[in-house]
Amino acid sequence: MSMMEWMVIIGGIAAIIWINWYFFLARQVVSNAAIALEGIQEVAIVVEGGYHPALVSVKRGKLVRLVFDRRERSGCSEEILFPDLGVRKFLPPFRKTTIELTPTETGDLEFTCGMSMLRGRLIVQD
Amino acid sequence: MQTTTPLILIEQRNSEHTAQIETYAVTAHEKVTIPVKGMTCAACQARVQRALQAKPGVLDASVNLMLKNAAITYDPAMTSPMGLVETIRGTGYGAELAAQDQTALDEQEAQDRAQEEEYRELRRKALLSGGIGLLAMTLSMPLMGASDADVHGPVADPFMRWAMESLTPAIHAVAPWLYTFAPWVLSYALLALTLLVMGWAGGHFYVRAWSAFRHHSANMNTLIAVGTGAAFFYSVLATVAPEFFLSRGMLPDLYYEAVIMIIVLILTGNALEARAKRQTSVALRRLVELQPKMARVVRAGAEVDIPVSEVESEEIVIVRPGERIPVDGAIISGTSAVDESMVTGESLPVEKQPGDRVIGGTINRSGAFRYRATTLGADSVLGHIVKLMREAQGSRAPIQKLADRVSGIFVPIVLSLAIATFVVWFVTAETAPAVRAFGAMVAVLIIACPCAMGLAVPTAIMVATGRGAELGILLKGGEALQRAGEVTTVVLDKTGTVTEGQPTVTEVILVSGTKWSERDLVRLVASLEASSEHPLAEAIVRHARGLSLTLSTAEAFQSLTGRGAVGVVEGIALAVGNALLMADNAVDSAPLTQAAERLAAEGKTPMYIAIQGQLAGLIAVADPIKPTSRAAVQRLRDLGLKVVMLTGDHRGTAEAIAREAGIERVVAGVLPDGKVAEITRLQRAGEIVAMVGDGINDAPALAQADVGIAIGTGTDIAIEASDVTLMRNDLHGVASAILLARRTMRTMKQNLFWAFIYNVVGIPIAAGILYPAFGMLLSPILASAAMAFSSVSVVANSLRLRRARVA
Repeated sequence: MSMMEWMVIIGGIAAIIWINWYFFLARQVVSNAAIALEGIQEVAIVVEGGYHPALVSVKRGKLVRLVFDRRERSGCSEEILFPDLGVRKFLPPFRKTTIELTPTETGDLEFTCGMSMLRGRLIVQD
Repeated sequence: MQTTTPLILIEQRNSEHTAQIETYAVTAHEKVTIPVKGMTCAACQARVQRALQAKPGVLDASVNLMLKNAAITYDPAMTSPMGLVETIRGTGYGAELAAQDQTALDEQEAQDRAQEEEYRELRRKALLSGGIGLLAMTLSMPLMGASDADVHGPVADPFMRWAMESLTPAIHAVAPWLYTFAPWVLSYALLALTLLVMGWAGGHFYVRAWSAFRHHSANMNTLIAVGTGAAFFYSVLATVAPEFFLSRGMLPDLYYEAVIMIIVLILTGNALEARAKRQTSVALRRLVELQPKMARVVRAGAEVDIPVSEVESEEIVIVRPGERIPVDGAIISGTSAVDESMVTGESLPVEKQPGDRVIGGTINRSGAFRYRATTLGADSVLGHIVKLMREAQGSRAPIQKLADRVSGIFVPIVLSLAIATFVVWFVTAETAPAVRAFGAMVAVLIIACPCAMGLAVPTAIMVATGRGAELGILLKGGEALQRAGEVTTVVLDKTGTVTEGQPTVTEVILVSGTKWSERDLVRLVASLEASSEHPLAEAIVRHARGLSLTLSTAEAFQSLTGRGAVGVVEGIALAVGNALLMADNAVDSAPLTQAAERLAAEGKTPMYIAIQGQLAGLIAVADPIKPTSRAAVQRLRDLGLKVVMLTGDHRGTAEAIAREAGIERVVAGVLPDGKVAEITRLQRAGEIVAMVGDGINDAPALAQADVGIAIGTGTDIAIEASDVTLMRNDLHGVASAILLARRTMRTMKQNLFWAFIYNVVGIPIAAGILYPAFGMLLSPILASAAMAFSSVSVVANSLRLRRARVA
């Protein structure tokens, strides 16, 4: 095997390892919900090819206000679903849509797009 | 003609996770008007206004003392209507958010508009970039001639080479001047066209891919961006620095037309998918469109036309023949036949008279009438149905879990596979390793399609819930659909489900030699029973009214549980009830015992009538079965389902009804708790149970069953506890619902199978697994066509449910 071929093999393996590390293992940033004046936990989530932030830590038993700011027209993100809550909401493009909820149990609360391709999670803690 | 009007009130079942869910649709710089209570003077007004204006996020607030409201412009990112209400309350005045009228309807309309825009934009981009693609192909033609005869060449894509080779003679004949350009001029022209398409038509792929990447996630766009991006940069390098390739014994390959065509095909697929997706919610759209825009109401004694959103509760509305009924209400005067098919699926018009309920959105066929508006906007029947359907369409089916799990890890795995493909080809190919490795890698990236997996289940749920609504079957969601498709046993409540639910007098028998006529007997008994609230008593009173008999007032009325009733009417002592009551009053019931036994065997309830201590006759009341019950039960059995009837009645009545309805298994004499126990018993025996009922008594059983089906005219509680609501008061809906659920499950499975198998087969072929045996290598352009087709085919398969014959 030539030098070039060895380089391609090593480079390929390194790239595969990096991809899997980056997408599966690297820690995602967890954002904490800001506590607004009225004791409401507030988070602004940008919707553009995904949810940013996708992981949000909130406190149990307090009203959570999620402001979804959809900055695209792509049909993929036109709906937000909280499957466990039976909440389904249309997010108009280039607008902000507010969803308010009060988590009463600790644990993860997933939210996804209408086709569950884009995902995010509320981490409910005490 | 039918005279039933379904009463519908649908509540969302709260999950264990939330005590309270409130959702508001708001926009940047949104305006809201909040009614304020308790303001009496200009000082109050100023105080509320100051408090609102001082609140962060409020851009403008104006409080109106006359209208007693606050009109506020605010930034939804900083505050919300609820927050504003809190602020007003903080000043000591009352505030309540106005009902979010027609939220579900409005939201659906907005979503439809957005989907339509998306489709148009995608179509425009696909068509224009398709034109650019053709131009690019033409410009590539002369470069072909300059290439070497091997697989190498400035046009690297094998499909493109084949297409161009076939077209070369024609281009030579039509545009010979094309061949006079220097190759580098053509290369740069192609580079410019590709940049145009990537930037304008395909720009969103790259923006979204990058946005996802920054947050450690990857999706469809990642694959498209990496695939086309790699092909593009490879080509740019070959254009600006061809010596880099030549010095390494490789020809400077160009993939420009391939990049353009991949984007064109994916956009085309996306446009088709957007159009097909729009069709999945067509039934919902039709429901939204039912809502009329204007209503004619009586205000200050005059008839005025006003927007339907301004109609107030309790207002008098006028409807003429042929008009759509604007809002829900109850008729005050006039009669008519109303076509409710769009809401209940019932094809025959329903007779309406004063007191009857009418549903907004249905069509008034024959007469003109006035009615009093009751529920409006979001609380209306139509509003509830649309809301329920939107929620159902957004819900998930358990069957989707596998697809969810796979699509969560899909893209990074495909990226890894693409790199592995490149490495294997580069190391093993004997000729042109770099070109082949590169082509196969791009093909793997482009052919992989997580979208089809994501679309497989939701599109089927959307179409099925829409189809259900057309038939008057409201499905609560994907999970309900899936379980309904797996049902093995159907448990029917008797009263109101199998039967009409309204007892009627079937026979009046006189004892021989009595001086009383049948009309006398009915008048006396009805006068006595008018004081009772028992359903059997009501049947007798109704019967008397039907005979236009004038009733008297009963004195010394006494209701004796488990026996009957006694009292005095027109100075005559009466006792109406069973044999025990006769015995208590020393009345000999023997002359009519045989008749009573016969009636009981037919499932009727016989009641002895004693006048002044003497047996006078017998009156029989029964709850007749619905005319459709027998055929519907047969349909359930034809579907291979076991049918069981549960009832609190005693055995004789229950068995008589069951015989008439064609039901073989009966469980009689069960209390509400007993119904739950019986369902649990069936479930332990391995049956998947659907419970059909309509009463409050059924609610626990509906909830215990795997699938709770609430049937027409049902109560709020029963409907809340149910998974499926039948708008029509007829058992055929049960068979239709189960059949629809089965079809939907089949479609979901087909979709999932296709989506998985497509990737499982497609990716290895793109990687070149067929090359060693057949010399076949997939062109990235064909890969993009396959990918576009896979999503569209899944949606198209779901759309077939629109025509499912399940009624």
